[in-house]
Amino acid sequence: MQKVFGRPQGLTDLPFHYCPGCTHGIVHRLVGEVLEELDIIGDTIGVAPVGCAGFSLDFFACDFVGAAHGRAQAVATGIKRALPDKIVFTYQGDGDIAAIGTAHAIHVAARGEKITTIMVNNAVFGMTGGQMAPTTIGGQVTTTSPYGRDCALVGAPIDLPKTVATLNGAVYVAACAVDTPKNILQAKKCIKKAFQVQQRGLGYALVSVLSTCPTNWGLSPVDCLKWLQENMMPVYEMGELKMTEEVKAL
Amino acid sequence: MSKELMKGNEAIGEAAIRAGCKLFFGYPITPSTEIVEYLAKYLPKAGGTVLQGEDEVASINMCYGAATTGTRVMTASSSPGFSLKQEGLSFLAAAELPVVIVNVNRVGPGLGGLGPSQADYFQCTKGGGHGGYRQIVLAPSKGQELYDFTLEAFDLADRYRTPVVIMADGFLGQMMEPVELKKPAQAELPAKDWTVGGCRGRAKRKIASYALTNEVGEANNLHWQAKWARMQDTLQRWESFHAEDAEYLIVGFGTCGRIAKSTVLAARRQGLKVGLIRPITLWPFPVKAFADLGGVKGILTVELNFGQMVEDVKLAVECRTPVFSHNRVGGMMPSEGEILRKLGQVFGLAVEV
Amino acid sequence: MAKVVVLGEYCKSCGLCVAACPRKVLAIGDKANSKGYYVAVPADPDKCIGCGLCGTVCPDLALEIYK
Repeated sequence: MQKVFGRPQGLTDLPFHYCPGCTHGIVHRLVGEVLEELDIIGDTIGVAPVGCAGFSLDFFACDFVGAAHGRAQAVATGIKRALPDKIVFTYQGDGDIAAIGTAHAIHVAARGEKITTIMVNNAVFGMTGGQMAPTTIGGQVTTTSPYGRDCALVGAPIDLPKTVATLNGAVYVAACAVDTPKNILQAKKCIKKAFQVQQRGLGYALVSVLSTCPTNWGLSPVDCLKWLQENMMPVYEMGELKMTEEVKAL
Repeated sequence: MSKELMKGNEAIGEAAIRAGCKLFFGYPITPSTEIVEYLAKYLPKAGGTVLQGEDEVASINMCYGAATTGTRVMTASSSPGFSLKQEGLSFLAAAELPVVIVNVNRVGPGLGGLGPSQADYFQCTKGGGHGGYRQIVLAPSKGQELYDFTLEAFDLADRYRTPVVIMADGFLGQMMEPVELKKPAQAELPAKDWTVGGCRGRAKRKIASYALTNEVGEANNLHWQAKWARMQDTLQRWESFHAEDAEYLIVGFGTCGRIAKSTVLAARRQGLKVGLIRPITLWPFPVKAFADLGGVKGILTVELNFGQMVEDVKLAVECRTPVFSHNRVGGMMPSEGEILRKLGQVFGLAVEV
Repeated sequence: MAKVVVLGEYCKSCGLCVAACPRKVLAIGDKANSKGYYVAVPADPDKCIGCGLCGTVCPDLALEIYK
């Protein structure tokens, strides 16, 4: 018998530190597989955020840099400008990229910075214990919205990929989820495309991945998938939100 | 070698290019703007790139990214903008990344004003960001030093893997002076065997500064502290001017050091034994300059703030001689005459102004 | 012929594989790994068709599939 599924070379052997059922691990695997399939593990520099994924720099097999909270894309810009022939990606949570890092999220896209961003959206600040994020759904209970997010008070959640898609320098923007095997395979296709866009130097690519947080949502890992489908998917526009002609031709 | 007449800020830009700086990330702010303007014009011709960040926070973090690759990189700003860079500086110090940061001080606090100031002394030398870190701070006092120190700052940054701050002020940045465009010294620097850039053919590397356990956190801090202690021991630099036989010392850096020089000469003409210690490294502070105070009867510090460096002078002097300070703020400069008057007043000397 | 192998030390007992398996091959077992997680086990291994869905949803790379 042959091994048909296992750990990709794009990941180290270190077991993930994430909570049981946290889908960060799935997204890690997808990125690891893409790095291997495109044969770019040795040419890639990843940038880790602050938050649960702050330790992702130990899990990927490529070079990695840890950034300050929200600054991963500015750091990635510096790396890419220094090494334009290398592949540079950021791996960031929604709290990191859509709150404190919003200015950079907008401007890397506006500049068409030739980097790839993987945004993992689980609708909370996970690492600090489940506080409200800009991506928290209306009515969602978190430790800083204990009565449910009141959109009249704090505004509606921000759909960052949709905003980024309006900017000229963003040539590929996709919003995926890892709630079902089918969607996981689709997310991988999008992640792969986002790296290929960079390989061809076409511009900025962002893939958002709706993800779960069993610990802070207070649900079982399986129930979290249902919650994601019922609560997050209707709020966030899903699919390949933007693709230039050049990207379509890939 | 011929000299060129240039603005202080332009001298900084030219030195950066000649030092091999390949990337500049910045954001315009008076009175440092000519640095980004000069580099935007000339760095591309030298094979480099200037990228205007969306803000100062982006700029310093772009520097952080570029520095992880071992590329020589610089940013420049003025006081409020420098404030925004503080988190980034703390991260640079912790990740031990070489970056040159210019702070052309302007008046504060708040939005302040555009005049010259030295009110960022604490912020530059004490670690304006969080966590208790150190960084080299150089204080030029004229156009030539803006050029020379910028040139050298890149070597110091690489040698010690540290951010290096050039602390100037609006007066120095804006003034035109002749500058000799010296070639960079051929310094032997440690190999950059720590950079990221793709792990093909070698083990993966990571550059980060977090510690998951307190034990690791303490070990990290001890490592950094050992380096800072080494720097404190080896890097102190100052200029002594008629200090050997001085009975009264003026201590001033940058623009104030420059004004104090003519004050010393004026005092000497009156037969007063006045000398000057001009700190060149603000961190590490030149404590050694005050080791042997000989016949010094008193010290007067002169600063463009309400008295910040004076604290380091007092720590260095350890109450062996009285220390007074003379301060101008809000963009105003002390004159030779008023410093003389202050000397006379605090030390009971008969001075003619 | 297909086989799913559980790498016990990677498993965190989240149960996503159990829910995803269309043939009900996997179950949470009664043996804990060194971290204290009850490791998933191929309770009915003969039914495995090697479809890979369990591996696809596993967040911890705790499953290997052989065909």
